[in-house]
Amino acid sequence: MERIELTAAWAKGQEVLAEVTKESGVRASKCYQCGKCSAGCPVAFAMDKTPREIMRLVQLGLMDEALQSHTIWLCASCDTCSTRCPREVDIARVMETLRIIAKRKGSVAEKKMDLFHDLFLKSVENNGRVHELGLILGFNIYGMQPLKDAHFGPSMLLKGKLSPLPHTIKDNGEVKKIFANVRKRGGKL
Amino acid sequence: MKRVGVFICHCGTNISAAVDCEKVAENAKSFPGVAYSTDYKYMCAEPGQELIKKAIKEQKLDRIVVASCSPRMHEPTFRRCIESGGLNAYLLEMANIREHCSWVHPDDKERATIKATDLVKMAVAKVMQNEALVRSTIPITKRALVIGGGIAGIQAALDIANTGHIVDVVEKEPSIGGRMAQVDKTFPTLDCSACILTPKMVDVANHPNVNLITYSEIEKVEGYVGNFDVTIRKKARSVDLKACTGCGTCIQKCPTKVPSEFEMEMMDRKAIYTPFPQAIPNKPVIDRENCRYFKSGKCGVCQKVCPTNAVDFTQEDELVTERYGAIVVATGFDLFDESVYGEYGYGKYKDVITGLHFERLLNASGPTMGKIKRPSDGKIPQNVVFIKCVGSRDEAKGKAYCSKTCCMYTAKHATLVREKIKDSNAYVFYMDVRTPGKGYDEFYTRTTDQYGAKYIRGRVSKIYEKGDKLIVWGEDTLLGRPVEIEADMVVLATAMVAKADAAKLAQMVGFSYDQNHFYTEAHPKLAPVETHTAGVFLAGACQGPKDIPESVAQASAAAVKVCGLLSKEEMPTEPIISAVNEAICSGCGMCVPVCPYTAIDLKVIQERIHGKTVSRKVANVNSGLCQGCGACTVACRSAALNLKHFTNEQILAEVDALCL
Amino acid sequence: MKYAYYPGCSLSSTGVEYDISTKKVAKSLGIELWEIPEWNCCGASSAHLTDHLLALALPARNLAIAEEKGLDVAIPCAACYARCKATEVEVRNSKEMQETISAVIERQYTGKSQARALLDVFVNDLGLESINTLVNKPLKDLKVVSYYGCLLVRPPKLGFDDAEDPQSMDKLIEALGGTPVDWAFKTECCGAAHATTKSEVGFPMIEKILTAAKETGADCIATACPLCMSNLDMRQTQVGAKYGQNYSLPVFYFTELMGIALGINPQELGISKHFVDVSGIVKKLNEAAGRRDTA
Ligand SMILES: Cc1cc2nc3c(=O)[nH]c(=O)nc-3n(C[C@H](O)[C@H](O)[C@H](O)COP(=O)(O)OP(=O)(O)OC[C@H]3O[C@@H](n4cnc5c(N)ncnc54)[C@H](O)[C@@H]3O)c2cc1C
Ligand code: SF4
Ligand code: SF4
Ligand code: SF4
Ligand code: SF4
Ligand code: SF4
Ligand code: SF4
Repeated sequence: MERIELTAAWAKGQEVLAEVTKESGVRASKCYQCGKCSAGCPVAFAMDKTPREIMRLVQLGLMDEALQSHTIWLCASCDTCSTRCPREVDIARVMETLRIIAKRKGSVAEKKMDLFHDLFLKSVENNGRVHELGLILGFNIYGMQPLKDAHFGPSMLLKGKLSPLPHTIKDNGEVKKIFANVRKRGGKL
Repeated sequence: MKRVGVFICHCGTNISAAVDCEKVAENAKSFPGVAYSTDYKYMCAEPGQELIKKAIKEQKLDRIVVASCSPRMHEPTFRRCIESGGLNAYLLEMANIREHCSWVHPDDKERATIKATDLVKMAVAKVMQNEALVRSTIPITKRALVIGGGIAGIQAALDIANTGHIVDVVEKEPSIGGRMAQVDKTFPTLDCSACILTPKMVDVANHPNVNLITYSEIEKVEGYVGNFDVTIRKKARSVDLKACTGCGTCIQKCPTKVPSEFEMEMMDRKAIYTPFPQAIPNKPVIDRENCRYFKSGKCGVCQKVCPTNAVDFTQEDELVTERYGAIVVATGFDLFDESVYGEYGYGKYKDVITGLHFERLLNASGPTMGKIKRPSDGKIPQNVVFIKCVGSRDEAKGKAYCSKTCCMYTAKHATLVREKIKDSNAYVFYMDVRTPGKGYDEFYTRTTDQYGAKYIRGRVSKIYEKGDKLIVWGEDTLLGRPVEIEADMVVLATAMVAKADAAKLAQMVGFSYDQNHFYTEAHPKLAPVETHTAGVFLAGACQGPKDIPESVAQASAAAVKVCGLLSKEEMPTEPIISAVNEAICSGCGMCVPVCPYTAIDLKVIQERIHGKTVSRKVANVNSGLCQGCGACTVACRSAALNLKHFTNEQILAEVDALCL
Repeated sequence: MKYAYYPGCSLSSTGVEYDISTKKVAKSLGIELWEIPEWNCCGASSAHLTDHLLALALPARNLAIAEEKGLDVAIPCAACYARCKATEVEVRNSKEMQETISAVIERQYTGKSQARALLDVFVNDLGLESINTLVNKPLKDLKVVSYYGCLLVRPPKLGFDDAEDPQSMDKLIEALGGTPVDWAFKTECCGAAHATTKSEVGFPMIEKILTAAKETGADCIATACPLCMSNLDMRQTQVGAKYGQNYSLPVFYFTELMGIALGINPQELGISKHFVDVSGIVKKLNEAAGRRDTA
């Protein structure tokens, strides 16, 4: 394993660390590395780093490694970790913040999962609501797996669960404006 | 002409790093009344004190200002110093230029120096008004009270009694012994707890100078050091201790079963019971809440079978008041209520237990006769998981502090699992292993190396039942991987917390406690067994988590303090008390209810006015009770009350010095 | 009792039966639901993975509309509820955020109108006793594991129930005459959209929950979230096939169970829209009711 020179790494990570602290409202130094978060995390089995290890990377300023991890994308935002942390660290919020920053920096380890959220929001922006059929079709087409889950389609249509046309709200201007206003304030959507 | 000497201390660099001490000394020379001013590196050290004494003589100084640290620590030092230099101790003032100046203004030397100069100026103005005060004396009652009969209380009582003083031990429970009686073996030597505790219990019970007052509580405390008047409630035991021979027939025949507190409710006791076989006094008590006779008026079996007619249903609580010279508080600890850990299923899963339950499972007279068995089905567990720091070091659900003893007792438990159960596994989930202490770390090393307990660094997140197993989810943080154990039993090392009624007792006796309700020592380093209240001392886990050796050491230390006090016939009292100017006192009585120490009453005086004798009421301050708090002085509308050493004139002189 | 009603996107598509049953049950319990006109998507998980402000602004618009009406908002979907609750609390606790949000949504929202989980409204506002008295077709002998999902009772400081061992749905089942079955997976996460976006992660999460539910011997699962529903119900056969299991474990919205117990025709509640067959259970309950009627 490569040896990390900690002082240089710390200096390099400062800028992003400051962003994480500000945007998440979490001081990583509060974490005492007990691992309770990771012990209960329902997705830990699939992660490349446990949530505690992400906290450790942040504590040491090893931000690139944290931002490039799959963990931050696999996190299901279930809040189990934050609910049980003995130091009241809101880890779920740290995960969320790292994802947002990773996306801003264009370093997205799980492109497909990110794609889903993009399409989701696009649907919201265009229609005011999510058009689930459109979302699933789009996701599977853009995600290069056009037949995935396709077998649910017919029965869903039959059960009245998917409508072929998007639900839109009459005055979608208001929602479009919300997106525009968030962009104006620096939101990268 | 008054001649004030000013002495500026550097406190090493504690003060001088932020304050220009030479300059302050120089500035002080121009203050009215100052005849001499100098600075020195350590004023409280021997050479510093000599410097002051020499200056008193050579410069003919008649009052002194020392500008240094908080008076809390060194005011007595400097008072002694000027006294041996020939001045009255109260002709001293201290200016606190450390806590009030250098420590809070480390970055601005220029302005800190100005502030220090101001503080000295005020002290000089005040000391100019100081008067010589004379201490009076109060008698000391040569009898000590120990509250709590755990190992700490027992040790303190024995040590005090052995010097020839009389000690009363008040214990809330029917027997003395405390938690140590519940513990099976003791780390780090694994000697049996009862074997080392029982002889001490017997010694204290048989000691001619000790009175055990069990099943009793403190009801009221009045008075002050040397003369505490304590009212004790002796709860009705329903058994006449003199008549009872401790034969136990009543216990055998009593039909009512109640879960035993001593056995952590894993075993039953009777409604008439002694908490454990080695109890002292080894005579039963009736638990009136559960006894049939008291609930329904029927039964009375115990009374019928008692050969000495000792059972007495008509007994009532008895209040006795006794005077003591000193009090040792040794009320011990409780265990954290771990039911807040829903994720561990405590209370829901029978085989998730606490360390104290586990002690009882280990104990030969416990519910399983010393065989480690699961409470749910009595099976011998193969995989036992221990979780440390439950309720400790947990701001979210528990206490922020470390409970200090649980790392060691968990190592003890893991060792005993491996020793007692063949082919067993003992897993210990830990965050840190904290085993400083003589022979302690070696003990821990043996637990892993010799006994093969598996230590896993990580805090458990969840426990759930699957079939008859308990599934434990943790992370091995050293591997960075989630791990799971199919356990047969889980033992939680729960935090040591203050007694539920700790605050109440402290308020009653009149001493302070911290945010966790542990009792506060007078100084964390230099006065660890004293409280801020003279004559009240601390021993054992009531002051903070402690193991047996520490509790015993602290108890002996407290005993020495008590003996020191009781060895005197009388002690000097602080003369800084309130004084009444009877000429202007209107006798309105406003001050009487204001005094928190009930030191003021009204008395009648005779006066001659225009040749006639008239009598009128005026306030009267009891010099033994007044603590010099000053509350009365602000309540008095006629300004007839003045606190000596902090008179209105003195305070105003300080204000003037600063503002004019 | 009157609440603003925010169904959320899923309830007009995959979770349509949740919407149907909610409205029917509310009506028969005398609770008035005023559906927020032209409500918009709350952004669910996607917005708060993308931009924090957007994640607050989207729910805030709906809450603002309810606030104008002076109503609290009853929300069936656990995910929508969690987003709305987070918004409400953040806006209420910070004047600055209140101003920012109001500027972004171009409406006034102060945090006064509260986000309430539909389960909370039924159990704590209406009360179990009132519900119990209205039951005319008790869920006799029906063993139900309540699956709250991860978001409904978290974070603990904002929750209406214990975050580790919630009880409200269990108590509700009991009030409906059913038998709540205790289990340890009440709040384990089902993986949300992972089943769609990354099935190799989402499926094992679903598998663990279904297996645990099956092991309790329960007849069915009750849930309070459309996403949980589609993971446990729609994907049940698919997940079963992958792990060689045949769970055959019907999943209900708790509102459907309420509807059945209140005597509403199950078909009217939309239960035919489920993927896992529920007819066996319905039949069993009908028979029990029939026996009772004739007895
Ligand atoms: C599971 C476990 C295992 C342990 N194992 C070990 C070990 O192996 N080795 C070791 O060194 N230490 C061990 N300890 C620590 C040990 O128990 C304590 O150090 C010791 O009991 C402290 O003694 P104490 O007298 O201060 O308090 P306690 O033992 O708590 O005694 C206090 C006494 O005061 C009485 N009391 C309380 N309030 C009042 C009141 N208001 N009025 C009158 N009486 C009152 C109580 O009834 C009790 O009898 C263990 C602790 C636990 C929890
Ligand atoms: S639970 Fe909290 S303290 Fe423990 S490792 Fe996770 S973030 Fe750190
Ligand atoms: S919020 Fe994310 S990191 Fe935390 S427990 Fe859930 S999945 Fe794991
Ligand atoms: S007198 Fe106080 S300030 Fe001076 S050296 Fe001693 S401790 Fe320090
Ligand atoms: S009178 Fe009470 S204590 Fe005595 S035998 Fe009956 S139940 Fe037991
Ligand atoms: S039977 Fe009488 S003498 Fe014997 S233990 Fe009981 S009370 Fe005491
Ligand atoms: S002594 Fe050990 S187990 Fe106990 S609180 Fe401290 S670190 Fe935790």
